[in-house]
Amino acid sequence: MKKFKNVGKPVKKFDGVSLAVGAAKFTDDFELKDALHLSILYSPYAHAEIEDIDVSEALAVDGVVDVLTYQNVPQKLFTTAGQGYPEPSPYDSRILDRKVRFVGDRVAVVVAESKRIAEEAKKKIKVKYRVLEPIFDPERAMDDDAPMIPDPEAHMIIPAKYDPKRNLAAELDISYGDLEAGFEEADFIEEHTYRTHYGAHAMLEPHAAAAYIDEMGRLVVISTTQVPFHTRRILSMVLDIPLRKIRVIKPHLGGGFGGKQEIILEPLVALVTWRHQRPSKIVLSREEVFVSTRVRRSARLRLKTGVKKDGTITALEMDVLLNGGAYGTHGLTVLSNVGSKSLPMLNKVPAMRFFARSVYTNLPVAGAYRGYGATQAYFAINQQIDMIARKLGIDVLDYWKRIHIREGETSKIFELIGEGREGTPQLITSEHLDEAIDLGAKEIGWYDKRGKRIEVEKDKVRGVGMAVAMQGSGIPLIDMAAARMKMNDDGSFNLYVGATDIGTGSDTILAQIAAEVLQIPAEMIIVHSSDTDFTPFDTGAYASSTTYVSGGAVKKTAEKIKEQVLKVASEILDAPVDSLFLEDGKVIHRDTGRSVTFSEIALRSLYMENQFQIEATESYVGEISPPPFIAQFAEVEVDRRTGFVRVIKFVSAVDCGQPINPRLVEGQVEGAVMNGITWALTERYIFNQQGRMVNNNFGEYKIFTPPDMPEIVTIIVDSYEETGPFGAKSVAEVGINGPAPAIANAIYDAVGVRLFDLPFTPEKVYNALKATKN
Amino acid sequence: MTGKFRINGREYSIEFDPRDTLLTVLRENGFTEVKEGCSEGTCGACAVLLDGKVVNSCMVFAATAIGKEIITSKGLGDQNNPHPIQEAFAEVGAVQCGFCTPGFVISTFYLLQRNPDPTEDEIKKALDGNLCRCTGYVKIIEGVKLAAERMKNEKV
Repeated sequence: MKKFKNVGKPVKKFDGVSLAVGAAKFTDDFELKDALHLSILYSPYAHAEIEDIDVSEALAVDGVVDVLTYQNVPQKLFTTAGQGYPEPSPYDSRILDRKVRFVGDRVAVVVAESKRIAEEAKKKIKVKYRVLEPIFDPERAMDDDAPMIPDPEAHMIIPAKYDPKRNLAAELDISYGDLEAGFEEADFIEEHTYRTHYGAHAMLEPHAAAAYIDEMGRLVVISTTQVPFHTRRILSMVLDIPLRKIRVIKPHLGGGFGGKQEIILEPLVALVTWRHQRPSKIVLSREEVFVSTRVRRSARLRLKTGVKKDGTITALEMDVLLNGGAYGTHGLTVLSNVGSKSLPMLNKVPAMRFFARSVYTNLPVAGAYRGYGATQAYFAINQQIDMIARKLGIDVLDYWKRIHIREGETSKIFELIGEGREGTPQLITSEHLDEAIDLGAKEIGWYDKRGKRIEVEKDKVRGVGMAVAMQGSGIPLIDMAAARMKMNDDGSFNLYVGATDIGTGSDTILAQIAAEVLQIPAEMIIVHSSDTDFTPFDTGAYASSTTYVSGGAVKKTAEKIKEQVLKVASEILDAPVDSLFLEDGKVIHRDTGRSVTFSEIALRSLYMENQFQIEATESYVGEISPPPFIAQFAEVEVDRRTGFVRVIKFVSAVDCGQPINPRLVEGQVEGAVMNGITWALTERYIFNQQGRMVNNNFGEYKIFTPPDMPEIVTIIVDSYEETGPFGAKSVAEVGINGPAPAIANAIYDAVGVRLFDLPFTPEKVYNALKATKN
Repeated sequence: MTGKFRINGREYSIEFDPRDTLLTVLRENGFTEVKEGCSEGTCGACAVLLDGKVVNSCMVFAATAIGKEIITSKGLGDQNNPHPIQEAFAEVGAVQCGFCTPGFVISTFYLLQRNPDPTEDEIKKALDGNLCRCTGYVKIIEGVKLAAERMKNEKV
């Protein structure tokens, strides 16, 4: 382990106390005097055209200022995906459209003096719909007689396979090696179909947006966004407002998990405020968040592997169908990630084919969600490997150690699949998966429990299962982050980053990185993040990019600052720069021990001699995306009489490089694990025949509360990524990939039932048990 | 209608609509530490103490809270003088996005008043009405334990 002053320390999250007290401001906490309130009317039909819409009665209500419909808002096509330019998502959405494509699509927006008035007036809008045939089954979406769901003018602005007429949002067909020969050579073929389901991000803060006109007449938007810079760019494009007249502020965010990497509400408040020159705001209800924002896309994955008796996998074919719902946002990139974040794990397989499609259906819209396709892929891969290991009669831990990618190795997939384009070749520069497997196995008691089917009480049987996964650290050669730093009189610094802290604690870890370079306490760094007027550019909080990419930018910036600090110190101490070093907020002369404090350096540079502002700006683009690795273990107890599955203990051992802040690293893993567990067991979107989600509340969409928790253990494996800031890789997403397959494998270990479809409800487990008995 | 509300030890005369919930009245009058996460009584982000008992303020009509003692998270401590619970939560990493935290702080305060030395199971039970999506609750439980320990020692 390398020795650090700030890095690797559990520095208290800077805004922790402010948040615990309740002082920290979220979007809905800003007081906007005289604000207009927005309320959205949603489609009751899954697929329909608006034949006639009469808003006159709503407009006549006292206090109603405006009613927006497709007839009076800009009709430019755009993508709601908060991605870099040119966006790899189809331009298939309008602010409001004449056609509605799912139950929960927007029909009209009432603008009124109060929320209550807006909600009441909404009921007076009369809409005549021409109901169209809906498509709910993704397998049917591309049938010849299937109705076309997307806009006839929908298009991609990058070269990619996109066929809106056939409801095809994205398609990839990538292969290397001789697949046929591989399957031919195999002693046995393992082929199964797996299904993963929709999931809600269920961040505690609902989506919200507010806007006002500042004293210079510019438009200011405050919103629950993971992507303030993309939001500014897309707002300007859609609303034809010059970009220079728009400022986007990201306040505190109550969680995102990908659900706020979307431009959903911002165009509405921006349009209303620009049109009426008055502040406006909207905060969604929980029901609206469930139905009308974004979900994790469901997947059908057919995985075929050819295996020799000695365990060699000779060929692998993955056939994927993703259901993206009514709009194509993030369709191509999630599809890419299904392959690019999972298949490299099996880099020794000599022949692979990845055939994947994402289709449109008339169900709620899928977007970005922690794991971003990798989660779906690992559900299949980890069960498949478990089954193969059992067939071969070897321990799955030993099997994984034989087949997983290793440090110094590469995978063809890295160069074949990128984010909506070809990928980037890369070598794995740090990988400690074997250690992770060993540490995790020890913590769960693998060898005492695996295959033992311990019956703790009558009909309650325990089993253990595991899964491995990797992710990435930003999108190589695409994600760009910048940072700016300036020195203050007392030797403190302002650090300005475009990086978007959405609750992860990235402000704190970025300060730790800067403080490490400058050898000062992290508290000496005051962080300002994500304000398009005041902070430099950053692509935003997604793709596990902040620690690695934004951290890289901060490190470079702090190094520039260090050069300037040393230059001034060398003037004061009258000694060459190379005889000086930094320690505890001072610059010290190596031979004489004479020193000068940061404050003295700041005062001289600001007020006394050779005056200048010590400051720097630097940018960082990752050339590679070093994956974090994780081994995850579940111990479950299955009730044979009811099919109820309880997770007793869940262990994760993660190689995320050098943790910048181990407490925050653990927090990322623990949150991802719990999210993964409930997605596997209790979360589900239940739709009625008309495509309406019927359980759109926390009472019926079950996420765990504290009494439901299993014992959760997180182990950080000793690792160091040479290309990362102080050895760091990412950690935010990888932990959500293992819970579902680890639990599935544990259920099999306990009761011998293989579950291919999520979620593992008691009913499903019970029926599977019954089927085995018969 | 108008009512006199006692919030965090001070009396406020507030005009409100009879249909308003206590949550709405608090938020509209600057007590934005009380968060709105679901408005149906299931997430606990809007928890406050009403005459010493935890309630989800979204489930209480404001009119029924008139004259009663209302305590929010800010009533327990502020940024420069946080309550030991708030301090402990921040210290152990129980705060990620922090949207749910003021509610957890209130539920924890209620628990520790009645039971200064709770077991882990008692902690989990007491926090059953609060949802968090960021932490997996691990560090929240740790925060409650640390706060309990410190509050016990402070009293001695």
